[in-house]
Amino acid sequence: MSSIKIELRQEDVNRIKDICASFNNDPQELINVLHKCQEHFGYLPAEIQEVISDELVVPVAKVYGVVTFYSFFTMTPKGKHPISICMGTACYVRGAEKVLEEFKKELGLQVGQTTKDGKFSLSSLRCVGACGLAPVVMVGDKTYGRVAPDDVRNILKEYSEK
Amino acid sequence: METIRLSIDNRQVEVPKGTTINKAAKQAGIDIPVLCYMELKDLCIENKPAGCRICVVEVEGRRNLAPSCATNCENGMVVKTHTTRVLNARRTVMEFILSDHPKDCLICPKSGSCELQSMAHQLGIREIPGQDIAAMSTYKKDTSPSIIRDQDKCILCRRCEMMCNTVQTVGALSAVNRGFMATVAPAFEQNLEHSTCTYCGQCVAVCPTGALNEVDHTPDVLRALADPAKTVVVQTAPAVRAALGEMFGMEPGTLVTGKMVSALRALGFHYVFDTDFAADLTIMEEGTELLNRLTRYLKGDKTARVPILTSCCPGWVNFFEEYFPDLKDVPSTAKSPQQMFGAIAKTYFADKIKTNREDLVVVSIMPCLAKKYECQRDEFSVNGNRDVDFSISTRELAAFIKQANIDLNNLEDGDFDTPLGESSGAGVIFGTTGGVIEAAVRTAYELHTGKKLPRPDFTELRGFEGVRSATIDFEGLPINIGIAHGLGNARKLLDDVRSGRSQFHAIEVMACPGGCIGGGGQPLHHGNSEIIKARAAAIYREDSNKPVRKSHENPFIIKLYEEFLGKPGSEKAHHLLHTKYFDKKKKIIVKQ
Repeated sequence: MSSIKIELRQEDVNRIKDICASFNNDPQELINVLHKCQEHFGYLPAEIQEVISDELVVPVAKVYGVVTFYSFFTMTPKGKHPISICMGTACYVRGAEKVLEEFKKELGLQVGQTTKDGKFSLSSLRCVGACGLAPVVMVGDKTYGRVAPDDVRNILKEYSEK
Repeated sequence: METIRLSIDNRQVEVPKGTTINKAAKQAGIDIPVLCYMELKDLCIENKPAGCRICVVEVEGRRNLAPSCATNCENGMVVKTHTTRVLNARRTVMEFILSDHPKDCLICPKSGSCELQSMAHQLGIREIPGQDIAAMSTYKKDTSPSIIRDQDKCILCRRCEMMCNTVQTVGALSAVNRGFMATVAPAFEQNLEHSTCTYCGQCVAVCPTGALNEVDHTPDVLRALADPAKTVVVQTAPAVRAALGEMFGMEPGTLVTGKMVSALRALGFHYVFDTDFAADLTIMEEGTELLNRLTRYLKGDKTARVPILTSCCPGWVNFFEEYFPDLKDVPSTAKSPQQMFGAIAKTYFADKIKTNREDLVVVSIMPCLAKKYECQRDEFSVNGNRDVDFSISTRELAAFIKQANIDLNNLEDGDFDTPLGESSGAGVIFGTTGGVIEAAVRTAYELHTGKKLPRPDFTELRGFEGVRSATIDFEGLPINIGIAHGLGNARKLLDDVRSGRSQFHAIEVMACPGGCIGGGGQPLHHGNSEIIKARAAAIYREDSNKPVRKSHENPFIIKLYEEFLGKPGSEKAHHLLHTKYFDKKKKIIVKQ
């Protein structure tokens, strides 16, 4: 029997309900609703998925299935400075994997995780359309090109002081 | 209807438009192997995700092989089902599936009835390339009160997901994650126990591999039988006798009532009783409640809720507690036959044989997995001692009989013990869709009109359609009856009740397609609905062969009321034979 405890603030519940209502509570719009909710909350924890499930009348298992299928959706909050390493073909052949390994080592994170202080989160993506600068790293909106593993520490330093 | 002409393996085939290659081939006598595909024809249940690709065929002029289960026939198509290319592709697919599947067939509970195992055998797979270098995906094992999920063995056929969502509308299971992490699981990969699962067991009934199984309680039963201080009593549900024989090589629909009784006696049970007796008792209580509510309703009493819903199916009870808690005063308060039996066995019968309830062990043989959960509900025990101690499935009983070296086929027929073993035909038909309400009508009609029924058969209540209705004339009082089997069908009727549109006075619901004969604990049907139909026919045969066909004419039921319970609906009957329901819907707690 269902026993998950859901704790959300009333304003958050209202926000989710508004988003669902803006799509006429249509279960076919699940992906769009998830997009909007992630845009607003930054991530899609179980609590939010439960409310969406109620509003759209879609089993919560299905909601969870969609959230875990698409890599864009995340159930962990992104860090204040989300780091994305491009693993597209051009970046990959020019050493993106080594750069990623360096970030993992420096931050003590795996891809998809966030540091305990909430400062950094680590993700990989496929091609940001800047192949001429490969390998490419993005921190927030800022793009870094031709990144070598040795640059990683300096990049992080830029943010750790802020 | 437009027909399509095509050639399959050089045979000319003519089929209606919209027929798949696979079905057309079957019509021509060509059996293309399938794995993820499953169809229960008469129940309108079909799973065709075209996921496994075992059933691929070559279609002339097409670059890629086509999955025959999901490709429709076209005029002039030339199909080849066993070219080298097809056979190699089929083998490769199988090798890939097996490369990520445990190789513990020797100790797997599905061994011998596993569709993956037989397919590997059929395709002649003798080695699995790359298995020493490839990683295996692993998942935690999840044990609930009824069902065990061992997703290491899941091949992603998604039959369980289809049953849980499309047929049952329970929505506990969904495909989650992707790549090696992909599996079928409840939301947030929680355990089944914390999901919306009703334990109907239909996922287990269709799982082709060992990924979904029942919790095995036979070791507990064996321990009880070996304990000299215990008196062990067994009750057998009506649907078991119509299916048990299948596991001993008998034709589907063979009745093995007498042999089953002898086998149980040989296993060492001290008293072999019948749940059908308790089904008769259920009718006395539920029928009385129906008439009472109906009379009050017709007199304009606003507190009388109509329709009355049957409450013998534990999967159904779990379903409405989860999805329709606002209607929890609509179902009958009568306990299920399993629990009525337990309550009577541990009071009336325990007194009769001068033992106390702690030394009496009640075992039930059920076609059902939800019964395992039901007997563990808190409200069905007294000071921690359950009314029904253990519930085992038809499949578990078959395995138990085989382990005890009992040759079921050659056993003499035995008779149930008295007093809790005597039943009417009405008790027997509880095992199939429409049976409970037919049994209730037989009794309610005679109690209401005071007249004998010319014949006890109500064929208008029988059949396999998912939602059925009929109006029975109670001598000028027309009673509208609704019947649903499969929880998705039940949901339709419940939505009408909720919105006030329902015109029914009484509704019967069984969670499993076909009713208990198609239960999650029955011998596996492997997608053959003819088996379920044969079981239903057997149930009706047993009914018509019974000397007593109506619950209120069962002499042992009459005696039970005289000696012990008083009248149906009496205070004692209420205390022992009725229950209440709980709101189990998840609540959203708003943080202040």
